[in-house]
Amino acid sequence: MFLIKCPWCGERDQSEFHAHGEAHIVRPENPDQLSEEEWGDYVFFRKNPKGLHYERWVHSHGCRRWFNAARNTITDHIYATYKPGEPKPEIDVNDPIHGNPENQR
Amino acid sequence: MNSVNTQANIELTSACYDRKPVTGEHTLQELPLSGKINIRGDSANAEIFSALEKAISITPPVIPNTKVSNDNVTVYWMGPDEWLLVCDIDQVSTISEKIRQHLGTLHHAVTDVSDYYTVLQLSGPQSEALINRGCPQDLHPSVFPAGSITQTRFGHASILLDRQADETTWHIQVRWTYAEYLWDYLVSAMDAL
Ligand SMILES: [Zn+2]
Repeated sequence: MFLIKCPWCGERDQSEFHAHGEAHIVRPENPDQLSEEEWGDYVFFRKNPKGLHYERWVHSHGCRRWFNAARNTITDHIYATYKPGEPKPEIDVNDPIHGNPENQR
Repeated sequence: MNSVNTQANIELTSACYDRKPVTGEHTLQELPLSGKINIRGDSANAEIFSALEKAISITPPVIPNTKVSNDNVTVYWMGPDEWLLVCDIDQVSTISEKIRQHLGTLHHAVTDVSDYYTVLQLSGPQSEALINRGCPQDLHPSVFPAGSITQTRFGHASILLDRQADETTWHIQVRWTYAEYLWDYLVSAMDAL
């Protein structure tokens, strides 16, 4: 169990939330001009990084708002949460405490 | 064709009509059906906000997980563009119509959700511990005093928790179809105290 900070409600138990995959995927403006491969990339293909991941979460048992989180997939540390539409925060993955384990002191 | 048993005799004003109110050290009962109006509209839009304020004659809360009340209504913050207005069941259409008139063509939605949720009232000296059997939120009076509200969960049910002035009475709003689940869970938690 850990706490996640909803941008509106503040810190809440993890079990009030659900994760919904990669964030910042922009819907193509001209879908009819895309090749099938490009459309397939947009619909199906997602990053699966080891380390820093920007992802969508929803506060399902709380205010039911969507937001974004920058999470380390190795340590599960959440560096930041932010409202939809806000830019990706800069994250230091070499952070000696919360960064990737190989960089930790 | 088979005939369908519609159970037309049951008056659907109670979600827990076949559960007896719990009495004793801890009490549990379902409150009479109240009017509930879900209001959607961007609170950051000054035009929308002041029109709504005028329509309901009370300033809607903008601080997450807070409520405001007067003699006629209680308005809960549900999200940055969402409120829940609780009123007398007879007032739902009058108030809804007033909101629609004031908001006119501004981007908004007004929905009668009176029979979508019901409210259970739990009371007793260890009520806080009973709620924490299924709810992960810290409800200690130092962080969650009388008058606090929150949207959280109890077991698998999403709830709106409203701590009453005496600190040991709670109004727990829950989806109609989850009411019996919540009821039975609370009763078994009482047994396990
Ligand atoms: Zn929230």
